Amino acid sequence: MIEGPTSTESRTGAADPVEVAERALEIIRAKAPEAEAEAIVGSGTEALTRFANSVIHQNVAEETSHIALRIAIDGRTASSSLDGPPDGEALDRLVDHVLEAARVRPPDPDWPGLAPPAPVPPVDHWDQATAHASPDDRATRIADFVDAAGGLETAGTCLTKASVVAFANSAGQRSSGRTTVAALDGIARTGTSDGSARAASHRVAAFDGRLLGERAAQKARAAADPTDLEPGRYEVILEAQCVANVLQFLFIYGFNGRAVEEGRSFVRVGETQFDPAVTLRDDPTDPETVGVAFDAEGTPKRPLHVVRHGVTSAVLHTRRTAAKAGVASTGHAIEGADEWGALPSNVVLEAGDRSQDELISGVERGLLVTDLWYTRILDPRTQVVTGLTRNGVWLIEGGRIARPVRNLRFTQSFHEALAPGAVRAVGSDRSLVLGGFEGSYLVPSLHLASWNFTGGASG
Amino acid sequence: MYDLVEAAVQAAVDGGARYADARVMETRAESMSARNGVVEALDRQQSAGIGVRALIGSSWGFFAVADLGAEAARRAGEQAASVARASARVSGRELLLAAATPVTGSWASECREDPWAVTLAEKGDRLESVTRTMLAHGADLAEASHRIWDTRKWLFSSEGHRVDQHIVECGAAMSATAVGENETQRRSYPGIRGQYGTRGWELVRELDLPANAPRIAEEARALLTAPACPALDATDLILGSEQMALQIHESVGHAVELDRILGWEAAFAGTSWLDLAQMGSLRFGSGRMNITADATLPGALGSFGYDDEGTPAHAVDIVRDGIWVGVLSGRDSAALAGIDSGGAVRAAGFNRIPMVRMTNVGLLPGDNSLEEMIAATDDGVLMDTNRSWSIDDKRLNFQFGCEIGWEIKGGKRGRMLRNPTYTGISPRFWGSMDMVGNRSEWTFWGTPNCGKGQPMQVGHTGHPAVPARFRGIRVGVSG
Repeated sequence: MIEGPTSTESRTGAADPVEVAERALEIIRAKAPEAEAEAIVGSGTEALTRFANSVIHQNVAEETSHIALRIAIDGRTASSSLDGPPDGEALDRLVDHVLEAARVRPPDPDWPGLAPPAPVPPVDHWDQATAHASPDDRATRIADFVDAAGGLETAGTCLTKASVVAFANSAGQRSSGRTTVAALDGIARTGTSDGSARAASHRVAAFDGRLLGERAAQKARAAADPTDLEPGRYEVILEAQCVANVLQFLFIYGFNGRAVEEGRSFVRVGETQFDPAVTLRDDPTDPETVGVAFDAEGTPKRPLHVVRHGVTSAVLHTRRTAAKAGVASTGHAIEGADEWGALPSNVVLEAGDRSQDELISGVERGLLVTDLWYTRILDPRTQVVTGLTRNGVWLIEGGRIARPVRNLRFTQSFHEALAPGAVRAVGSDRSLVLGGFEGSYLVPSLHLASWNFTGGASG
Repeated sequence: MYDLVEAAVQAAVDGGARYADARVMETRAESMSARNGVVEALDRQQSAGIGVRALIGSSWGFFAVADLGAEAARRAGEQAASVARASARVSGRELLLAAATPVTGSWASECREDPWAVTLAEKGDRLESVTRTMLAHGADLAEASHRIWDTRKWLFSSEGHRVDQHIVECGAAMSATAVGENETQRRSYPGIRGQYGTRGWELVRELDLPANAPRIAEEARALLTAPACPALDATDLILGSEQMALQIHESVGHAVELDRILGWEAAFAGTSWLDLAQMGSLRFGSGRMNITADATLPGALGSFGYDDEGTPAHAVDIVRDGIWVGVLSGRDSAALAGIDSGGAVRAAGFNRIPMVRMTNVGLLPGDNSLEEMIAATDDGVLMDTNRSWSIDDKRLNFQFGCEIGWEIKGGKRGRMLRNPTYTGISPRFWGSMDMVGNRSEWTFWGTPNCGKGQPMQVGHTGHPAVPARFRGIRVGVSG
């Protein structure tokens, strides 16, 4: 049995996910011996303390208990999930529902079958202190952040999360894992500017609320009283949150086996599509990341390079997209996200050797950008995305910070931004940024040759 | 269920809460999606649990358990109070609640055709059939889906609110994508997200996906070779009602959420350009702009009988004759603003804390038809069906893209335009609105994917909308 969270705000008597997954398969076997079946079971705790106007105003926590079943009977597939205690009656009812659905729906000619038995990489991004973190632990870090901001108004969150996951299917695949996640993310505010600082890890002890509060306040003060800047193309230094944002679009709409199959992706394996400074992989084994090393279909996740020194080398697959492409799944299925295809879980962009000061000194005339905000894709094939800057943007002239500027709107192809010749330098920093679809991004800052700012945020 | 919520509230009060409420929510959901003639996914979800909210000092504590046992309910109440107490480490002024008369009531949305009684075979056949039709009419990728949510909830508060509700929501969507040499083009019906309401399966039948499948496939194919929307610093822009729903949602709905205005969402969702001191006098738009938040509209996706604090559904004026006059609020934010609760607090599930959400935030009809707007426009662009949306954290600067546009010359609809986009600053944009669609074009659009809060809550909101014309708008921004 995998050890789960046991804090005062967490589980009392929660069922063991491995046992629940096995029990679900037994029930399905008894009711429909011909069914191919898989079960994924998770339980844990998630707690988040929010502060705004320098006061904790919402403090939430929950016990999670989730089971999802997927079956196929003669190619007729159905999924059913339950958020609730998987006691005998509920599990029985869940199985009845999924069997009933599968028997009456049309066949799925593209059903790829179940994941075969395969070992899962020995990954354990788990920290007992994070699993046990109390509301007081989170409040203490927030108090440090607020105090360190030196009287500036602050807002943000402190998250601690622990989950245990088990997978079993009727083809004999068994896998289980556990992960903790901790994050502190906040802003400090002057009357005219915001500055942000954040950190994430599987260990709550990995970050210091005081240091983050000081950084946010320093950024806010340095960004105060910004002035307008004429829109146009500028060199940029993108800090880690921005880089993670860019990569998220490249993965979801580019390195996604489904997008490739549908002709909606720019990705062409074997071609030099990126700057030689770009080496990019999905890697659950990196010790600084979070999550478990298997996907919602039970397929193990292994380190997978999608770009090596600028050359596109692979795409991500689920079992369905892999079957269509005639290759093996890479383990990137997300429960309930079939329509999205294969999504990344542990993106790692190889860091370089430049400190932030060195990056800035290499910019003749450009912008230092802290965060990107509300980025939305205009066309997946060209990767043209619009969005805004946020939480601090500065003009750099002659290798030095010249002045803070007001937020700008951009309309920019994220692929072109990293194309051959477009990456001037890669930072030596390495920050973990939590993204959508439970993905995480371990990334450095980047100095890019050109970014297309199309307007000022205030008109 | 009332025994459970009462026990949970009592445990929170015993733990020191000066106010507490508890919600049991049971949800069943179904989604089915087809792609290129094949039903690829059929997913049914169930969730059941209790969430308890406890107010101590300046903070809410909230605790949820996916368990409907009596012991779990009491534990959730105790933990909610315990979590709230921990907030004292970083505390402020005591959070107050706007006064409310405790209500007892039951409410159910109207559902003429039970969606669970429609066979999966019929549902699947419909989706497969429309995707095959779109393929036959030029789509390279054809997708269709339907979704059903069936929610029962029971609320009890320490002030004596006692409310149960049963809300059924249904809807469907389809899209055709054409893949070209260098880009893709998509057309969706009824809108980018489909169309959803607090209605039964009759809504899906009324949408009539089969009748619209050929048209959107042909339009997607035609867009690949259509001229690009020209880049113009100022032109007349007519928006169809689907895009107007998005425009209202992003640039009005979120901007008037009182929790944003008060800074409670500053770190993530953002704040608002609106200053509470100017409510009642600030000009938000032209005199033709009238916006309400009305949770009582039959069948609209943001309708309910009571919000998740037990406030009875009602209509709130947001913008009247162009002047900003109201906000979306709950009891805590309303108390700070010195107003009555707007009854706009909802939780996305038993495991999420109730927060300010849009109800049905919509534009009241004017007196023009779409054809009159086109006829009155010498030189402009008509755009419809949202494709991309981006707006700053103060809800002031937006850039939206649509799936399709048409040139307007000399009062006539001309060539189809691809990749139409427009950008603006909210009060200037709304201030330029000079023609507003009439009641016959009033559509209650439903948005089932409104993200807000931390942890993220995906809310269901409604947006009554009509076409409208705006003057001097920048269009055709590209990368």
